[in-house]
Amino acid sequence: MSALIQVKNITKKYGGLIANNDITFDVSENEILSVIGPNGAGKSTLFKMISSFTPTTSGEVYYRGERISNLKPHVVARKGIVRTFQETTIFKSMTVRESVVVAQHLRAKASLAGYFWGSKTAKADVAAFGRYADELLEFLGMSEIASELASNLPQGNLRALGIAIGLATDPKVLLLDEPFAGMNHDETMNMVNLVRSVRDERDVTVMLVEHDMPAVMNISDRIVVLNFGEKIAEGTPSEIQNNEKVIEAYLGSADDEIGM
Amino acid sequence: MMGFSGKQLVGVGVFLVAIFVGVPLLINVTGRWDFYFTLTSVALLSIASAGVWLTFYIGRINIGQGAFALIGAYVSAILVVKAGWSFWISLPAAGLFSGLVAVLIGLPILRLRGVYFAMITLVLTQVVTLTALALSITNGAKGISNIPLPSGVAIFGIPLVPDFGAMENTKLAFYLTACLLMVVTYAALYRLVNSRLGHLCRSMQQNEELASSIGVNIAYIRVVIFTISSFFGGIGGAMFGSIAQSVYPSTFVVADSVNFMLNCFLGGLGYVFGPMLGTLVLYFGWDLLFEIGKYQMLVYSLILIAVIRFLPNGLLSVRLGKEGKK
Repeated sequence: MSALIQVKNITKKYGGLIANNDITFDVSENEILSVIGPNGAGKSTLFKMISSFTPTTSGEVYYRGERISNLKPHVVARKGIVRTFQETTIFKSMTVRESVVVAQHLRAKASLAGYFWGSKTAKADVAAFGRYADELLEFLGMSEIASELASNLPQGNLRALGIAIGLATDPKVLLLDEPFAGMNHDETMNMVNLVRSVRDERDVTVMLVEHDMPAVMNISDRIVVLNFGEKIAEGTPSEIQNNEKVIEAYLGSADDEIGM
Repeated sequence: MMGFSGKQLVGVGVFLVAIFVGVPLLINVTGRWDFYFTLTSVALLSIASAGVWLTFYIGRINIGQGAFALIGAYVSAILVVKAGWSFWISLPAAGLFSGLVAVLIGLPILRLRGVYFAMITLVLTQVVTLTALALSITNGAKGISNIPLPSGVAIFGIPLVPDFGAMENTKLAFYLTACLLMVVTYAALYRLVNSRLGHLCRSMQQNEELASSIGVNIAYIRVVIFTISSFFGGIGGAMFGSIAQSVYPSTFVVADSVNFMLNCFLGGLGYVFGPMLGTLVLYFGWDLLFEIGKYQMLVYSLILIAVIRFLPNGLLSVRLGKEGKK
């Protein structure tokens, strides 16, 4: 397996606070890799740097050997690395279908002026966007709520909408920000299956940041563990479950417990 | 072709007949020739307001349209008076120049959001006024007066536009020209909003982060929209100067910029044709309240506050509220 994304020695400092310190790992093509860690471990910051939503203080991120850190978010999205957000980040007053249609921006072949004048390419684009939106919503099992306003959706559907918007861009790598947060067991299992089918049927490499341990252990091929901005472990779910440093980070060391 | 429903087509047809045939007939019958000037002003101001509305559409409060209207008025006047251009060529040139200035100003300031962007734009009008006072090409405080009326246009001897100077009734000609410009502006605006660019604007208005995550170059689209907005401002201003046959630094002041914004609020930010209605109501409302003398401003302000309080989505929301966006 070749490395699709290489995270090389990235560090992020906010003033004196070190959010990420010298983190290095690879993401292979077609794998599901989770980044876990206690609150404040720097998971979200790491994601923001990979998608260029925030610049690195030092270090680089490469996609197929091409640097993708310290660019503009839309440039990274154009290369096929697309992130999703937590549930509050949606197009509130668009319907589900409208959101998915608008998100196909990168697939557009006609120019903006072409859309204004109604050129042939633009009309073909519009038709193709509609078809793909319907297909995608069908794939995600969201056809029934296609004409619902995003602001009227319950939490579980919002998460799926976020993934639908991300998928509509036709990404190579999808970065999911806490896709299981606030879900009950059944919803989580549905989402786990959904993310798997995205990887299996659409050849999308998935990276996710998550708190829900059972779901992470279930879904991940590999896991990277952060604690206080440092990478403390990397490996398969079973390796991580038996890693002493990880157990310590989550449960506290025996000494700490006595101290409490 | 533009995706109108039958009902909308009828509405547009009625509107066109009303402004191009109905109003002139009515004025002829009643003899209220002064209405031509008022309605021409409304049409031109609503073109500038359309631009402000468009910047609202990307989530920016623009209180600087007066600056671009003033730039447009000066550019047209200078080209006609000093360079001897035909007004009809100076008109698009004025729009383009305003657009160019908008690119230069927009690149740095469009990064600001909310009240910060609004504050900067509020200053723009004053900056342009002061610049006009200081420069020699704009004649300082004296302004440019005695601008000749638009000349005729003929291609291969076929007259396309008659010579306004040779006309008996320039009021009607200006009224029709202004209405035509307004119709073209709003048709373009409607088309833009319902095309992909409009959809991208909506996505940016609702969530800029998410928009950039799906690959939208938000900085670029912001500048494009602000440029189009200022183009409308320049066109409106240039035409205004031509009708008044003069341009002064005070032709458009900060209060005008505020009014352009209020027109949008009043008509409704969710409706393409909101600023048109807003301009009409605001302009006539102010004039009607003239009767009550010194209380004009007081009553006017109270009505505005009441409208914004009770109809936060604008006047058009009363009728169109349930049908949604027009």
